[in-house]
Amino acid sequence: MSANNGGDAGPANSGRVNDVITRLREGDAGLILLVLGGIYLAYIISGVILGYQLRGQLNSIAALTFYIGVFALLALALNLHWGYTGLFNIGVVGFMAVGVYVMALVSKPVYTPGGAAQVGGLGLPLWVGVLAGMLAAALFGFIVALPALRLRADYLAIVTIAMSEIVRFSFLSSEFQQFTLFGNQVGFGGGSGLILDYTQPLEAFFRTFGLWDAYLGFVTAFGSFGPLNLNNPKPIVDSLIYGGVLLLFIGAYYWLLKRTGESPFGRVLKAIREDEDVANALGKNTNRFKIKSFMLGCALMGLAGILWLAVQGAVTPNFFRPRITFFVWIALIIGGAGSNTGSVLGGAIFAGVLYQGPLYLKNVLEAVLPQTNAPNGFGPAVAPIFQSLDPLPFVWYTLDSIRQLQLVIMGLVLIWLMHNRPEGLLGHRKEIAASIDLSRPTRQSSTAAADGGFVNGVSETNDSSANSGGQRDE
Amino acid sequence: MGIAETYSRSRQFVDRRPLTHSLAAAAGVGLVLYLLWVLVSQLVTGQLQIHELGELMWDGLMRGLVIGLAGVGLSMTYSILNFANFSHGDYISAGAFSGWATTYLIAGLGRADIGSLLLVGAGGSVFGGALGIGISTTPLAVVLGVVVAGIGAVALSLFVDRTVFKPLRGEDGITLLIASIGVAFALRYLMQFVFGSDVRGTTSQPPAYSFYVVDGWVRVNYHDMTLFVVAIGLMVGVHLLLQRSKLGKAMRAMSDNGDLARITGIPTEGVVRWTWIIGGALTGISGYIFVLWKGTLAFDDGWLLLLLIFAAVILGGIGSVYGAIAGGIVIGLTASMAVIWIPSAFARAAAFAVMILILLVRPQGIFAGRATA
Repeated sequence: MSANNGGDAGPANSGRVNDVITRLREGDAGLILLVLGGIYLAYIISGVILGYQLRGQLNSIAALTFYIGVFALLALALNLHWGYTGLFNIGVVGFMAVGVYVMALVSKPVYTPGGAAQVGGLGLPLWVGVLAGMLAAALFGFIVALPALRLRADYLAIVTIAMSEIVRFSFLSSEFQQFTLFGNQVGFGGGSGLILDYTQPLEAFFRTFGLWDAYLGFVTAFGSFGPLNLNNPKPIVDSLIYGGVLLLFIGAYYWLLKRTGESPFGRVLKAIREDEDVANALGKNTNRFKIKSFMLGCALMGLAGILWLAVQGAVTPNFFRPRITFFVWIALIIGGAGSNTGSVLGGAIFAGVLYQGPLYLKNVLEAVLPQTNAPNGFGPAVAPIFQSLDPLPFVWYTLDSIRQLQLVIMGLVLIWLMHNRPEGLLGHRKEIAASIDLSRPTRQSSTAAADGGFVNGVSETNDSSANSGGQRDE
Repeated sequence: MGIAETYSRSRQFVDRRPLTHSLAAAAGVGLVLYLLWVLVSQLVTGQLQIHELGELMWDGLMRGLVIGLAGVGLSMTYSILNFANFSHGDYISAGAFSGWATTYLIAGLGRADIGSLLLVGAGGSVFGGALGIGISTTPLAVVLGVVVAGIGAVALSLFVDRTVFKPLRGEDGITLLIASIGVAFALRYLMQFVFGSDVRGTTSQPPAYSFYVVDGWVRVNYHDMTLFVVAIGLMVGVHLLLQRSKLGKAMRAMSDNGDLARITGIPTEGVVRWTWIIGGALTGISGYIFVLWKGTLAFDDGWLLLLLIFAAVILGGIGSVYGAIAGGIVIGLTASMAVIWIPSAFARAAAFAVMILILLVRPQGIFAGRATA
């Protein structure tokens, strides 16, 4: 991938510190911290209301971090497609599925008759599987992109969503349930899904660095740490640490996409987004740029899918319904397309407020309100309103159906955003594409840097080297 | 216009790479020959009998008529308002629910309580089969159901247009598309909230004729025929309306160039309203007869049909009524007959593959250049 060929070793250290300070002051990082703090606080308070012990609190925080992590990762990857390149991909879930299934195929242990798993894998280490999964997602992206990129944006939308459904049907079908590859009995498990019976990802991760025993020691120490005093601390510590790993991945995605966006390659992508014909007229082979960007984004989606499902123990094809694609879109639109910080913010808000929020709200309300049985349908719920003006059964039914109503709320949020704030919280701000500062040199202090844009001083050194570095991308 | 743009770009593509294109054409011809060969060899060896083939084709035709009828509405809004309406599938379900609530109410009045009838037997409180619903047994209930399904979908699409799409009128297609995804989510899960998520049987077994075809019987039941008559009748009606009336002319003008249409004095908002009314009615009725034909109803029926409808509309060429109908029949036949060549799990996938192939070879669709007529 030539995504990063433009970047040099990076700006001087002092410049980077400046950059961070400016960002904090400009409010992006501050806003993210504020939002995250608010969400976590709300969860802790609701945990207190629910009467959670420490264990419950830690569990809910770990679950929250997990979903913030996966949605932020997916939104970042989608931002490369839509925010940078203007490719309207609504088949996100298909690329996740390809990534996860290929990873499982490569990393699951070899089939042994009488084992727990119905089908086996190639038995290779997990990291090989992850790389294979990303590669497969990128290649699948290439296959989708080849016919679709020449078409209008809304045609690409329909082709990608159709492709994601084709992927789901393929994994559902009994034809791919079992087959032989390199003399191994492997398969995708069909409708009943796959058991992910490889070494657990965290264990594999720490073993790679020879830190597994140290980690186990840490877990024991954490559990017996005075005020905590947990018995069986491992599951909790595991999920907390996994949440932390996801946050690290967010950092890596963010860094990769920021570098990509600021490289000459990324500038062409933005030019394509704004006006493809102009980019074409300037001698850029826009199709090749689009395909590369699409493939990179697909690989990142595959990895995000792997990170989501690798720790779930099993995977079934019907997990990959189009609605998850739309979840990612809502996250991206909340944050603002075109902005990496916005994508992270959108992922956090989506996961914390729209995805997990209603369920917690329901739990809290049920804990606070007196216990009754909710009616089992809309009819029994509204009948009392007409018969005896008793709205309570309807309230219980509403609360009980929160899983459906939460999707209604998401739809309404999407409509509201399109009406009132289509650019999202942080999206579509002015970006400086020129390699030199074009603004009037009035003051010495640095002017505002748009996300993905450049801060004075930093951009000059960074970018002139980038220009001489690897311009001829075609 | 985007279509013209795509068109000229595809022409470029053809001119620049004659070799690639002829190779693709050769591959296409090869594929068709291979499929024919498989079909003929299956017929000769008796693996597939002629009457089975006939049944598959009839099934595909029925499915295709539903897709085509629903596609006309989608195609009209696509070309006049310039966006892919992802909530169209849920208009189908909404129309079906409103129509079937009416049918249940009329057919079951006095035999079950009104609440469960209006909720189309949510939670298994009433069964359509037990009420004996069918075109021959309860004709009034079915006819009124068809009418109400149309009215319900029209009311819904006008309401959604007024509240959601009208404020976005000048925006680009993608903004509207995203908003329509929001509408789709809200509608679908509101329907699940109200009507529940169970799949209910809606009709009793309708009487059927059997035709002897070469080596066996092909069954055609009353609901097949109802679907056929209603769909063909509406298609002819829409054709006449758009060909003969000034409205049709205004629609064609708008889909060609909205600004120019407004300058020439066409009341564009009025045309948009009529587009939603005609499209909505066809959509709601298609949802109703689809449920009548297959005999089951669930809250996501329309959504599951939506991608096939998109495939049909794109296949036929956006904005073309004939295109939507022809595309619908091609997609319906593909989805039903694909089982001859490939495992049934891939039948829907095959329909999508046909769409993608058409996009490759002829991105403007089969009937392009005949906007809204």
